[in-house]
Amino acid sequence: MFENARPYRDTVKVKLGKSVKTRGIEVEMLSGADILVRSLQEENVEHIFGYPGGAVLHIYDALFKQNSIRHLLVRHEQAATHMADGYARATGKPGVVLVTSGPGATNAITGIATAYMDSIPIVVISGQVQSHLIGTDSFQETDMVGISRPIVKHSFLIKSATDIPLAIRKAFYLATSGRPGPVVVDIPKDMTNPTDLAPFQYPKELSMRSYNPASRGHTGQIKKAVSMLMQAERPMIYTGGGIIQGNSSEVLTRMTRLLGFPITNTLMGLGGYPASDRQFLGMLGMHGTFEANNAMHHCDLLLAIGARFDDRVTSTVSRFCPYAKIIHIDVDPTVISKNVVAHVPIVGSVNQVLEQMLVLIEQELPGRTEKQEKMLSAWWEQIEGWRGQDCLRVNTSHGSKVIKPQQVIQALYRHTNGEATVTSDVGQHQMFVALYYPFDKPRKWINSGGLGTMGFGLPAAMGIQIARPDELVVCVTGEGSIQMNIQELSTCAQYGLPIKIINVNNRALGMVKQWQDMQYEGRHSHSYMDSLPDFVQLVESYNHVGFKVTDIDELDSVLEEALSLKDKLVFVDVLVDPDEHVYPMLVSPNGSLRDMWLKKGVRT
Amino acid sequence: MRRIISLLLENEAGALSRVIGLFAQRNYNIETLTVAPTDDATLSRLTLTTVAGDDQIEQITKQLNKLIEVVKLIDLTDGEHIERELMLIKVKSSGAQRAEIKRTSDIFRAQIVDVTPNAYTIQLTGTSEKLDAFIRAISGSTVLEVVRSGVSGLARGEKVLTL
Ligand SMILES: Cc1ncc(C[n+]2csc(CCOP(=O)(O)OP(=O)(O)O)c2C)c(N)n1
Ligand SMILES: [Mg+2]
Repeated sequence: MFENARPYRDTVKVKLGKSVKTRGIEVEMLSGADILVRSLQEENVEHIFGYPGGAVLHIYDALFKQNSIRHLLVRHEQAATHMADGYARATGKPGVVLVTSGPGATNAITGIATAYMDSIPIVVISGQVQSHLIGTDSFQETDMVGISRPIVKHSFLIKSATDIPLAIRKAFYLATSGRPGPVVVDIPKDMTNPTDLAPFQYPKELSMRSYNPASRGHTGQIKKAVSMLMQAERPMIYTGGGIIQGNSSEVLTRMTRLLGFPITNTLMGLGGYPASDRQFLGMLGMHGTFEANNAMHHCDLLLAIGARFDDRVTSTVSRFCPYAKIIHIDVDPTVISKNVVAHVPIVGSVNQVLEQMLVLIEQELPGRTEKQEKMLSAWWEQIEGWRGQDCLRVNTSHGSKVIKPQQVIQALYRHTNGEATVTSDVGQHQMFVALYYPFDKPRKWINSGGLGTMGFGLPAAMGIQIARPDELVVCVTGEGSIQMNIQELSTCAQYGLPIKIINVNNRALGMVKQWQDMQYEGRHSHSYMDSLPDFVQLVESYNHVGFKVTDIDELDSVLEEALSLKDKLVFVDVLVDPDEHVYPMLVSPNGSLRDMWLKKGVRT
Repeated sequence: MRRIISLLLENEAGALSRVIGLFAQRNYNIETLTVAPTDDATLSRLTLTTVAGDDQIEQITKQLNKLIEVVKLIDLTDGEHIERELMLIKVKSSGAQRAEIKRTSDIFRAQIVDVTPNAYTIQLTGTSEKLDAFIRAISGSTVLEVVRSGVSGLARGEKVLTL
């Protein structure tokens, strides 16, 4: 209602609280709600993604009375968390969420868990019932700090309006420093009461005796690592989301090129190293390329950076990299030697450690012997052999009109020059983007890797589009995933977000179906999506543009037209081959990284 | 192997639940747990015992350290240390049994802290092993109730866990 009545930028003049003098310093007296908003302004917050309700009404009123922070109203709180998350992944700045108590808070949980698993800095402000009602099962009460505890980096329950500035200061610091992650600030309604004024002073300095994230790496360890790099015969670099979150792709690229070593990225690390570069072997792991997985298996030295040896990467741990000594760099000591023992652990900010290493590498490199150079080129020869298998070749039968899902992604790549920011949902389509859309830059590939949250793609794209109104943002989704947050088409209409949605429509929960084909003799237990909507009609009802493509010969022209509608949200419903599988795929259980399915019925 | 981990925790609401939640969430086990504020009221000292292999104990200590409210931590079982547990045990004791229980208590340097015609309440401090041994020693009598504090401890010598 207010949205129609006045655009968000309208200024409403309000009387802020009076000020008082303490110890000669003028201190403003504000309500808790105003204190919160002012604190957020101090953190340079420009956007809040949220949804109102009883416990946060004072805060919404305070937001109404200012115009430096823009609030975006979603249709479901889960989408608010994914929007903030997408915003953070694309910009590196923390995303901010505001939800009410009870159902608002619980709806935010999936998004918080998604951000937690991928180490994304978001700050979630949740309303709570009035403090005297806490513990009485009052209306819309839920123990948000308790429910979110295992999926946050930290959380705060506000006990007094005076505590708000410090809590917000700490929340942003914790969310963004060290290994980033979500922070919850739970605020009982009475702490934001407009008639109870408290002094507002935003803390400039912040030190926490119990929190000191690592920065520089241990010099001795780094020396040791570099000397191992110099002596390696079959080296391999494996990097993850830490390179993206740690803004280290530039230094990583310099180092990798200098060394001349092969490199692979995890699903979360794609874009950390230019994917079109010859030294890049593609993604590794469950759906990694033949060459990346084989190079991992056969290497004698593994340099792991900002990666956490997730089970989708290692497959059977006891058979993982059987010949390799492992150097592991990460800002979070708990990931080192958690799943796979590191021979040389280095705890530190990835960026700083790589800079430190680079200095040494530049000194040592000229000393590399001819024999070592020979070993390295022999290694490359072996790798080129694997690469020659062309594991991503798409099987198309000549003259067929059927669209293969891989072709959709390849076409998207061509039509966007590989420069779009692409979000995805979860399933086969996600893997196809990871494999067929080579990202050359960081923060362009946005997906839920750790939690694998269907419903992530659209709201994440919305958050990115808010941050970058003029850039092309594409959401590649499936007809299953899109329906998990499809209500956000309404939000897109409200804010005019010109996202391009590519629905890789295989009429099935494709990834589930693939597993059922491979491991349950094709018994497709509940992996069908019956009663799909007519997506074109659906999006048109929100005043968006919809296209449907069923013929491979129409794919290019439709994509071209869709991308040319720069100011509109366009939904392209592409009906693809419903029986396609994602390959390569690691053999499981008990396989090593060189044991892969290469196509239906074909194993290494 | 049994480990005794002692840590300094910000004395804040919710801090303890994060420690306990961590153990549940990551499938570690807690055998005993004691916690109380220290001489510095902003800090609590928490001691817990757990049974874990070397790899797991490394993860446990790292994960504990990662909790924002954990200020410092020591694995007491890494070095020489002193550990104590307090037990109060109520034993049915009448007739000839009374003298026997009294004698056993004396041997263990336990104290009888409450007496009724039919029961003794005995207090005993020591290592967990010693408390176990005492319970075994009086197993001929009927034990009515046992309450144990869980282990507290600190390092021997001049090594300290402070800020
Ligand atoms: C919220 C959620 N529920 C269930 C799953 C399990 N899951 C993984 S992929 C998948 C199928 C996704 O179907 P669709 O979006 O159509 O993508 P496709 O695999 O067909 O490309 C399912 C159900 C999940 N990842 N997330
Ligand atoms: Mg599908």
